Amino acid sequence: MANVLHIVVCAGIVPDPLQTLEPTTGPTGPGLKNEMVLPAVLDPWAASALYEAANLAAKNPGSKLWLVSLGPKAKLQQVMMTVAQKAAFELVPIDGPIGGFPDAHSTATVLAEAIEAIPGLDRTKLLLFGGWESATRGAGVTLQLVGERLGITDQFQGVDQIDLRADGSFEVLERVEGGKHQASVCIGTPAVLGWATGNLAEPRNNPQIGMANMRTIMPALQKAKAAKLEANGLRYLSVSLPKQQRTTRVVKDLTPDEIAAELVEWIGAE
Amino acid sequence: MEKLLVLTHADEACSALSKASLEAVTAGTELAARLNAPLTIGIVAGDATMLAKTLPSAAARLLTVSGDAFAQARYATDAAAVEAICRASQATIVLVPGSSRFARVAAGVAHRLGGFIDTHITALGGAEAVEASRWFYRQRIEAVLSRDARPWFLVLDAGTHTAFNGVSAATQVEEVAVQLPEIRTTVSGLRSPATDAQTIRPDAKLLLVAGAGWTKKQPDGQLHPAEAGELILGFLRATGASLGSSKSLVDQGGEGEPVLPFLTHMNQIGQTGSTPRHAKGLSTCCHGEEPHVVGWRFIADRRAISLDPNCGWTRGKADVVYIADAFPVMTKLNELLEAKKA
Repeated sequence: MANVLHIVVCAGIVPDPLQTLEPTTGPTGPGLKNEMVLPAVLDPWAASALYEAANLAAKNPGSKLWLVSLGPKAKLQQVMMTVAQKAAFELVPIDGPIGGFPDAHSTATVLAEAIEAIPGLDRTKLLLFGGWESATRGAGVTLQLVGERLGITDQFQGVDQIDLRADGSFEVLERVEGGKHQASVCIGTPAVLGWATGNLAEPRNNPQIGMANMRTIMPALQKAKAAKLEANGLRYLSVSLPKQQRTTRVVKDLTPDEIAAELVEWIGAE
Repeated sequence: MEKLLVLTHADEACSALSKASLEAVTAGTELAARLNAPLTIGIVAGDATMLAKTLPSAAARLLTVSGDAFAQARYATDAAAVEAICRASQATIVLVPGSSRFARVAAGVAHRLGGFIDTHITALGGAEAVEASRWFYRQRIEAVLSRDARPWFLVLDAGTHTAFNGVSAATQVEEVAVQLPEIRTTVSGLRSPATDAQTIRPDAKLLLVAGAGWTKKQPDGQLHPAEAGELILGFLRATGASLGSSKSLVDQGGEGEPVLPFLTHMNQIGQTGSTPRHAKGLSTCCHGEEPHVVGWRFIADRRAISLDPNCGWTRGKADVVYIADAFPVMTKLNELLEAKKA
């Protein structure tokens, strides 16, 4: 018998990884130069969480999937145009600042409050998903903090796999040191799972799913509540690009044998 | 005055403190000396008292949590243990090893104590106040930050400090009582990825990065993934290097393209992978930003073999770039390495 799950995925939006990033300091603290015009994507690890969640929801009829995302409304709308074609979900948007420099505790507070306010969410059936880190702050703490605020004490980070069993228990594989996974069995929901890459490929765009999603996404974006993130005493003393630029020696005129000999010496050098 | 606490835990074999824990002890002793602050070390393990024997020379108060429930890494029990130690120590600054075990619980405990947390700390500075350095946007922007609020948890990146090397001796520890929460999760054990060989070796001096070029058409117009796999594994056998991969190469398996069977997402470095710390790195058949900018941030000595003399992401990021086909170079390289070993 299938288990009915209520899956909430927390996912931020991040600058496209191929963009050049330059820090700048504004009246509210550090940020990125031209941040609002940089092309944005759904955070890669959180995207893995979303695809895994959609797969899990599809296998368990009656399950529901919400995507909770904090960011400027205009940016959220832009990113959702693509993401909405990948998986069926209900968007819970929060209109707030973008970027990696705001305090994670404030972000977690806002996300937890938004999740608590989701109509129809049964927290006994809750699987709280997200990326184990983000491509902005990369702190790996927001999901833990949200989980604690929601009173969830079964938490897993660096997750690559979840196997749900008929009795509602599930096995989780978490990344640990040395390229290994720790396998654990939890007796059931609620639980927090911070995803690494998972095992699913990115779903192909499905315009039908996209159209169905957009019917609820656009009204949700219009009604998105504004959130202000507190600094919580966090002070940035400096924010800068790494200055080290290496002088690259480009070797064009050596044969493979000569290169190999040079590399053997390099590998063996103290 | 600040009160420092360093959290530590047992290694995989439960026979010693983990390397990341010992690195955090070094960071704690250095910071305590600089701030002239009292230092406490907390140990969570099946038998924490036994592990405390290596810490007398750290000149710290030792708090331990022991028991079967703490022999394994699990959120509910680890968070309870760490919370109890933090409360017993009344620390204002808590240094946490950046291990998977404690990275999983540190934020939750900080929240329970009304404190704050910053992670992936690469350096601790400041003369009188504590200033922490960390990277943002996947190692592309570096920042130095500080906080006034306490307790302040700082999770230290592994490899940023030398491991504490204490002389084993009898010592006095204070056992901290922990009220166990309901345990809903059972740890089954550790599993290695289903590969022919373990290719991830965090302690290796050398990192080999394999890019998508290995499985592209070669000058004869054919694909040679099997040969590529042999060359890469041969190099790993000969050098003991760790293997990293670009995202594009790992992703090929899901896209129906030829794959190197021993590669998994665990090998991936870069934007959605790891940023490993090795003394040297050799990149092969990589074209793109991620291996060179993100994945290589903490590789000290970098070389690359690339067919593209104009690869903008290699220029300025690698120390040496060999413009060559990696297949013949690696073939000869493996021959030479095997001959040297023999």
